[in-house]
Amino acid sequence: MTLKLEVDQASNSTGPWRSESTGEGRRGFLPAAILAAFVVTPVVVVLSSILSPSTDVWAHLWATRLPTMLASTATLVIAVGLGSLILGTSLAWLVTAYAFPFRRVIGWLLVLPLAIPGYVLGFVWLDTIDFAGPIQTAWRGQFGRGAWFPQVRSLWVGAIVLTLTLYPYVYLLARAAFREQSAAALDVARTLGCSRWQAFRRVALPMARPSLTAGVALVAMETLTDIGTVRLFNIQTVADGVFRVWYGLANRQAATELAALLVALAVIVVVAERRYRGRARFTQQGGRTRTVEPVRLTGVRAAVALAACGGVMVVAFGWPVVRLIGWALEAQRTDRMATMAGNFTFHAGNTLRLAVFATLACLAIGVTLAVLVRRSGRRSTAAAARAATIGYAVPGPVVAVGVIVILAAIDRSELLPGDVLLAGSLVGLVYALAVRFLAVGYQSVEASLGKVSPSMTASARTLGAGPWRVAAAVELPLARAGLVVAAALVTIDVMKELPITLLLRPFGFDTLSVWVWQMTTESLWVEASVPALAIVAVGVLPVVVLVAALERVGKVQL
Amino acid sequence: MAGALVLAACGGDGSANSTAAPAETSTTAQNQSTVNGTVTVYTGRHYGIEPVFEAFTAATGIKVRFTTGSDPQLRERLKAEGKNTPADVLMTADAGSLALAAADGLLASLDSPTLTAVIPEALRDPDGRWFALSRRARVIMVSDRVAEADQPTTYAGVGDPAWKGRICLRPATHPYTQSLVASLIKGEGTQRAEEIVSSWVANEPTYIDSDTKILEAIAAGECDLGITNSYYLGRLISDKGSFPVRLVWPEQADGQRGVHVNISGVAVTANAANPAAAQALIEWLATDGQQQFADVNNEFPANESVSPNKILQTWGSFRVDPVWVGEFGRLQAEAVMLLDRAGYQ
Amino acid sequence: MTPALELVGLEVPIAGTMVVCGVDLAVEPGELLALVGPSGCGKSTLLRAVAGLLRQSAGTVRLNGVVVDDLPPEQRRVGLVFQDHALFPHLTVAANIAFGLAGRSRREKRDRVAELLDLVRLPDSGARYPHELSGGEQQRIALARALAPSPSVVLLDEPFASLDTALREELHAEVVEVLGNAKATAVLVTHDRDEALSLGHRVAVMQQGRIEQVGEPAVVFHQPASRFVASFLGPASFLPVWADSDHWCTALGPVEIEGRDPSSPDLVAGDLTIMLRPHDMRVEVGDDAVVVARRFVATGFTYDVRLRSGELVQAEGGHSVTVGVGERCTVRLVASRHLVAFG
Repeated sequence: MTLKLEVDQASNSTGPWRSESTGEGRRGFLPAAILAAFVVTPVVVVLSSILSPSTDVWAHLWATRLPTMLASTATLVIAVGLGSLILGTSLAWLVTAYAFPFRRVIGWLLVLPLAIPGYVLGFVWLDTIDFAGPIQTAWRGQFGRGAWFPQVRSLWVGAIVLTLTLYPYVYLLARAAFREQSAAALDVARTLGCSRWQAFRRVALPMARPSLTAGVALVAMETLTDIGTVRLFNIQTVADGVFRVWYGLANRQAATELAALLVALAVIVVVAERRYRGRARFTQQGGRTRTVEPVRLTGVRAAVALAACGGVMVVAFGWPVVRLIGWALEAQRTDRMATMAGNFTFHAGNTLRLAVFATLACLAIGVTLAVLVRRSGRRSTAAAARAATIGYAVPGPVVAVGVIVILAAIDRSELLPGDVLLAGSLVGLVYALAVRFLAVGYQSVEASLGKVSPSMTASARTLGAGPWRVAAAVELPLARAGLVVAAALVTIDVMKELPITLLLRPFGFDTLSVWVWQMTTESLWVEASVPALAIVAVGVLPVVVLVAALERVGKVQL
Repeated sequence: MAGALVLAACGGDGSANSTAAPAETSTTAQNQSTVNGTVTVYTGRHYGIEPVFEAFTAATGIKVRFTTGSDPQLRERLKAEGKNTPADVLMTADAGSLALAAADGLLASLDSPTLTAVIPEALRDPDGRWFALSRRARVIMVSDRVAEADQPTTYAGVGDPAWKGRICLRPATHPYTQSLVASLIKGEGTQRAEEIVSSWVANEPTYIDSDTKILEAIAAGECDLGITNSYYLGRLISDKGSFPVRLVWPEQADGQRGVHVNISGVAVTANAANPAAAQALIEWLATDGQQQFADVNNEFPANESVSPNKILQTWGSFRVDPVWVGEFGRLQAEAVMLLDRAGYQ
Repeated sequence: MTPALELVGLEVPIAGTMVVCGVDLAVEPGELLALVGPSGCGKSTLLRAVAGLLRQSAGTVRLNGVVVDDLPPEQRRVGLVFQDHALFPHLTVAANIAFGLAGRSRREKRDRVAELLDLVRLPDSGARYPHELSGGEQQRIALARALAPSPSVVLLDEPFASLDTALREELHAEVVEVLGNAKATAVLVTHDRDEALSLGHRVAVMQQGRIEQVGEPAVVFHQPASRFVASFLGPASFLPVWADSDHWCTALGPVEIEGRDPSSPDLVAGDLTIMLRPHDMRVEVGDDAVVVARRFVATGFTYDVRLRSGELVQAEGGHSVTVGVGERCTVRLVASRHLVAFG
């Protein structure tokens, strides 16, 4: 699951040098297992509630909402998955295989929607296409008061909104895959009678399958655990159900059981992804093969290409930003910049601080696990590392509860000196974010590290470097693109994150996302626009870093 | 008896309220301020709360630090923090939350003659664990396009088939809806409550998770009526000057229960570090701070000797459902299950 | 003299399968041993075990007489050069070479780096990056890097495989010279028999985890210990041989066999086969054999000929004698030495 940069590259060498293991399998496993346990415990604590199921709640759910929730969840995941697959892949192919004016810039811009939280995109568009909004008002003006317009608070509109925020994941992975493909393969396909479209469909697309599958799995995971956007559109998913049971029925036990169901669904997604990816190894070593030569588009065709990309940009990024700016200006004009506990720089500063700490934590744990897995070469170590990433499949508030239970238990047991409390501390919050987003940090690092050929590591070892010097002096510098990607992705996720931050934040530690939430719960959209814009603005920076790092990956020769 | 008290509280009749009683209680508060330091508040009601706390600090010298969250989240956090919680005061935007917190043992019993004097029985916990500070009514909002003769006058009336496809309601996930249904269960019995809710569902409502947006939808014509809290209309009117939606007080006829009223309330936490300051804050909010607390959100003060603001006064007087608001917490789970069974989204 | 590298009964498994099955080998100091064999025979696995990157399940590895079985790779002082040179792309050439010199002073490092750059004849490349060098230069730097810490043994795993022929030949000479000047002991693994025969002081032929034969190139080539070694090291034709009173007979006439007495009573006719290399036979105009295929090579023609007795042999012919495919010829034995027979 999650963003795997250049998935599963075949290593440069073959034969017995293929795996890196130095026979220290035993020694690699234990520290990895301990580290994984450290990260997985909150999830396990929460999910262990399924051991004593609340049968009456389940009976009630089954008779009322559960079938709908399951159906809606499945439909939503499939719709968003397919949507982002089609949108992300076609955009990636367009930008890779064809040349048209501003292609390079557009290639970057298409990633920008990552910086917008789904609930922000949702409430801006909802406001725009709602009955009382400008589009429907104009529609009625044109076609009369009784003119039919589809219900905007529906699963399909919600699916479109989610697709617009999540397609960049598929887009990025597909683009990386297409860029690495050998032009020779496509040329051979042409000589064997395929048109350009057929070459795409029968050669380029299947060769990119592992990356595309990974991207869709990531999108599915995000959709499964989304709670903000689905609420806006009245979509009853299982994640939403977790909160109906938790807050409505005031039954946390049953809520965590439902969360366990969610994790089971996520596991299905992950298993399906791996199965579908198969044992396919793809692409080549180094940077020496000729890559796809883009076909120049001119005139009408170039215009169409530009329009398509521009259309997506406007819908996914341009219009929301414009609307937010409009609201922000209005807020400033009418002096409605209501804030809580501090001013703008305070909130932004907290957001950045939190992002930095959480990113460092995720990276530290992720890198350590990846190096241990690489050293050990045993499947059990890799399995332990994968288990550690399970937090990504669990909705934020559920992770938060698990963490707070553990932290409170530690506080109660008074293991720590004096009045050091973990619950409600920044450490606790960072821990929870690490539990939730480790998957993002780990997968990119692991994939990049996997591209470092074992002969590199072997050379370094025989030159006298112990395992840790090899990691620090050779492997990690070579995998640094993956580290940068991981850092950027974790930063973006943490900045947009809401439920964990809300529940576990230290006293007075309000971030931009908390501010947005405070305003939107009171339906104060205009006041919410300023922090929402700030989140987007701040989020653009790691997105730019991310794209730059990915560009560089293509050039680094290993 | 409770009804009479409530009638008196509903302003508009110009009950000669104020001066004496508040002044008395404020002296009491002053006498008690050998307390100082800081009081820490977890509040689920955050709109406009900052200036109220500032006024409290100006009056008493006690500093207030607060953090926001949603009611259930704050409850969860209190539960987990246990003895180590920094919170002295829990403030919520819903009666159910307070009752649930009390049931979880998170609140301390307060022995305060000041509070018991000014806050009516129906609006506080019999064991002194929590107190309402302001009330809000959940009323029927009707578009100006609908003739007065046609408008529904009861909650059940919203389920009349004539309104099919023309109503806007808040989803079942919000405590306001849950508390309303809880009050129906208490007042009419589960079976009748389920009939009423089912009739709403049969009218194919548009579910909108925002009272403001419901009002805007009514104004734009998406629906002709909805059920929202009174103060959202108050806010819209004070923002825009006028608004093409009017308020209907339901259940006002003889024999009917009266309007469903929910509260914003407050309590001292069981493990408060500074309970004296906490009590001072609560008492101040119930007396000197009442006006400000209620006004800033266009709510009705819980303290019946304090009159509501002008806009509220123009809405006339109304009879309130005298049920003890703690019932909303007790019946919340049952209300949610009823909503589930009825197919209410 | 103590061997620089000694393997005794080495057995190395990979994922449950025994890949190296009991290998005994000794490499003398300053020697270049070429280890050759078909793909999958275990040669690279053997190298890995020697370097300490794989644990053996049985047997001992000794470096300069010292048992190193329990030492991790970084303590064994073994150099490694790979087919893909594995130079660290993020470090300069000088930094690459100096990588194994941790613990020495800056001056020592600098001097040693300069020394090695001279040795591989790339004296001014210290500040450049690996990707700025050509393939051949990269391999030379890789060799310099491996030699920098003065290892007891340098292991080269098919280092020339990714280079084109002309470059390869050039590099062959250089590498041998560098190793000689550095007085290094080396084991060169290759699947290219010509490379092994031309470079190694001794050649070890490996098959399915076992060393079939070790010896000087001439010995293993002319006196292979088994049919496998014979065919692997060069084109070989096998003819049955039988005893005819006091001499051995083949379809091509009488021959002499090393160490076997034709009149010895314990031989069974038809059991023995002799090996002939193409240059042991010449194709001439004649009538008792048919040319099945013919290849033009720099030194003449190589013929595949079917003898009247049915065997297929590979023989040579000069450019002046041209017998076409399908035409008849005769094969004349020109072997002037004792031949090898197999049972």
